[in-house]
Amino acid sequence: MSEAISLKHVSKSFRVGKNTVQALNDLNLAVEKGIVTALVGPDAAGKTTLMRLVMGLLLPDAGEITVFGHSVQREAATVQEMTGYMPQRFGLYEDLTVQENMELYAELKGLSRQGRRERYDLLFRMSGLAPFTSRMSGRLSGGMKQKLGLICTLLSSPQLLILDEPTVGVDPLSRRELWQIIRNAVENEGMTVLLSTAYLDEAERCEQVILLNRGRIVGQGRPSSFLEPLKGRTFFVTSQKGLRRDLALELSALPSVVDVALQADGVRVIAKKGGLEPLCGVNVTAIAPRFEDAFVTLLTQAQEAPSLTGQHSAPNASPCENAPSLTKPLAVGSATNEDVIVVKDLEKWFGAFCAVNKVSFTVKRGEIFGLLGANGAGKSTTFRMLCGLLPATRGVLQVSGENLLRASSRARMKIGYMAQRFSLYGNLTVLQNLRFFAGAYGLKDKRREERIQWALTEFGLTPFQDFTAMALSLGHKQRLALAAALMHEPDILFLDEPTSGVDPLARREFWREIHRLAQRGVTVLVTTHFMEEAEYCDRLLIMSRGEVLVQGAPQELKAQYGMASIEELFVSLLERREERL
Amino acid sequence: MSPALRRICALVRKEFLQVIRDPSSIAIAIVQPLFLLFIFGYGISLDATHVPVACVVDATGPNAREFIGGLYQSQYFSPRIYGSMAEAEQAMIKGDAMATIWIRSDFERQAMTGNGKIEVIVNGVDANTARLVQGYLIGHWGQWLLKQGATMGLELKPRIWFNAEVRSRNYLLPGIIAVIMTLTGTLLTAMVVAREWERGTMEALLSTPVTISEVIVGKVIPYFLLGMAGMGLSVLTARWLFQVPLVGSHWLLLAVSCLYMLAALAMGLFISSFSKNQFIAGQLAIITTYLPAFMLSGFIFDIHSMPTVIQWLTHIIPARYFVTILQTLFLAGDVHGLVIKNAVYMAGLAAFFLLLVARNSRKRLD
Repeated sequence: MSEAISLKHVSKSFRVGKNTVQALNDLNLAVEKGIVTALVGPDAAGKTTLMRLVMGLLLPDAGEITVFGHSVQREAATVQEMTGYMPQRFGLYEDLTVQENMELYAELKGLSRQGRRERYDLLFRMSGLAPFTSRMSGRLSGGMKQKLGLICTLLSSPQLLILDEPTVGVDPLSRRELWQIIRNAVENEGMTVLLSTAYLDEAERCEQVILLNRGRIVGQGRPSSFLEPLKGRTFFVTSQKGLRRDLALELSALPSVVDVALQADGVRVIAKKGGLEPLCGVNVTAIAPRFEDAFVTLLTQAQEAPSLTGQHSAPNASPCENAPSLTKPLAVGSATNEDVIVVKDLEKWFGAFCAVNKVSFTVKRGEIFGLLGANGAGKSTTFRMLCGLLPATRGVLQVSGENLLRASSRARMKIGYMAQRFSLYGNLTVLQNLRFFAGAYGLKDKRREERIQWALTEFGLTPFQDFTAMALSLGHKQRLALAAALMHEPDILFLDEPTSGVDPLARREFWREIHRLAQRGVTVLVTTHFMEEAEYCDRLLIMSRGEVLVQGAPQELKAQYGMASIEELFVSLLERREERL
Repeated sequence: MSPALRRICALVRKEFLQVIRDPSSIAIAIVQPLFLLFIFGYGISLDATHVPVACVVDATGPNAREFIGGLYQSQYFSPRIYGSMAEAEQAMIKGDAMATIWIRSDFERQAMTGNGKIEVIVNGVDANTARLVQGYLIGHWGQWLLKQGATMGLELKPRIWFNAEVRSRNYLLPGIIAVIMTLTGTLLTAMVVAREWERGTMEALLSTPVTISEVIVGKVIPYFLLGMAGMGLSVLTARWLFQVPLVGSHWLLLAVSCLYMLAALAMGLFISSFSKNQFIAGQLAIITTYLPAFMLSGFIFDIHSMPTVIQWLTHIIPARYFVTILQTLFLAGDVHGLVIKNAVYMAGLAAFFLLLVARNSRKRLD
């Protein structure tokens, strides 16, 4: 038998307040032995529920689940004995040391006393945690915590490994190390792995992918099999004039276009069946589809009512007059030469520890500026100083012409800030949240109502206005948080990891909104762990241990260091730095 | 060692490490009990001693002088002589005196006819103290009258049973032990289990081969020991620092304390079996167990003087039985019938809550 996990007609629903939510709907599924299977899908697709069902932590309403032939409902203990499970927030005891956590899980999993030392050594070596065994696990960086969680689940060499978003919120370098550990387990110990991920490049590198949406399977197979229907529908568009993000906005308005994304110095376009209509004034090259294209297309189709496609003829040399003309000059030039944010020799000391060391950069009006770095590099500290939430120890800090060290409250009125965890009031409705934030920014009467109406329509929140913020999906929460940050029409928008944990579809929608804002002259400063998002920035800066490693436009940086992507650049820069230290 | 035993040992060890490293657990298990003991030992007293009393003596005679002289000898009063009623009134208004005693000029003459009266004005703002002062003065008056009669060969010897010194500390401190054990048994236990749910450690724990009863035993053992340690600490402090007598048997005290600890733990585990959030678990534990142990257990407020409905309610509060046992063992001794009857009720409640815990706990997330 080559099936590790099998689900037959499995359904599961939850009661949320007065409503019943169907998390999984008559699901049939088989996971093959000895390979890595990725579970992908938007928020609330049912990924976590599926994993918990397989672990026997939830009972299905209907259907049959087996793991290596054992029924989960009847032999939960047997299944749990041969399976290692890492929940999304892995349960490390933060007030126990790395070693103590390992020992606890070794005992719980019944690891025999002899040979335990060797197993610890191997896992510590593999994860690079060997120097930190006596450190409290609460004081590890995010990446190290995830690695510790992973090796705790690997302790007893389980036959099946179930990982719920093991790489979320982890910097690219730690992400690679986590993947090395997983690969090692599959290749050397013959483990079967089922993992969920929001990173589609990770899914593409797995042997099998299951795409879930609203409790149903939308697609299952090898990553390459997803690409089949997209042959001849993916293009790369560049233009000599204007900004690529303006080009992207115009392209996305075309009827034949399913989706657009910024990539390198141009725009990646997915067309509907039948291909792209002829375009004028731009260079169009056909390119090979990626897994992400398939993901977006399948989910967009699933969300929209199915319509007959294929009315477009294949692109051929047609006269320019009939084709839409793109990249017309914009009414308002977005990026100007005015420096909106000026940071010079910024320093922040916590006692004898230097969190930010002589950081300098400037951001121009209408520019999207990215702040990148590993966990603990000093991004968040820099960010908090820029928002006036944390006083700087030394240096110049100017926002919109105001010196933040002196006139911070006046400067703050020009800033919109969206915090990492969205800071919404969970038990207030969408409308009440917006009213609160409008009030907090001092908006009154007619203007307040106008802004609230604007926020509801602009972000598609009108149908949800009476939902509590808690009940919204992560993607909608993110939109609401952005709307709240924009209530007072700030000139500058600070976004601290705005897309962490948000599904790829919602993430794209979010970036489209950010590009529209930048086009209108709003300056955006953003931190992110998604390296493909770094490519969406006009300029960026990579930090490590409080210092700036490089800064510049993504294309320039890639060319300068001879790297194919920002992710590669990031990883190689950090690795080089580690070696030096 | 069997795998189950090994898992339980690992869980107990983990729990102890967490208690040692988490300042809030230490605060609830050690600091707060000591704090309560000191408040009730030193601060709060339901006795009134050295109450300032204003005396206005218009009478000039041996009887009046003797009465006032008697006040000086009493530990309950510190009398002060004022020249006129107006001055005494001022002293009352300023709070220098809790009560005024006025002996009119015709006192001696009236006393001769067996009609002697003294006037007492008590400041009623602090009703409790006022009632005490009133009681003491009446007592003093009675004693004085008796002494007058003693010349005629009469004597009254007051005897107070079980708390001969009539110190409120002697019954407050045994009572507070019940509150302290509720604190560790219910509040701390409910909160540490909720914390495991909150931090996601419970999900990871449940996905291992550990069984739900092992998880529960792994919580019961450390907090049982911690609660008993708090109990031991309280008994020692009460005994040696505050000199509360312990008349009954130590072994009986230990046995019933174990029983109460089990009931408190069962309530804590029951609360945490449905509230998976530390704040709610803490609030629930305080409202359903800690405050009742304080107010409805008969430890401060007499159960017989409560409204009937509230009296019924006290029957489902284990602390009520435990407080009765504690006060009996400390002050009266091994009254077996009473202790066993209350212990049986307590055991019944413990079994009831443990049954609920067993019914409510499953190795699942929903």
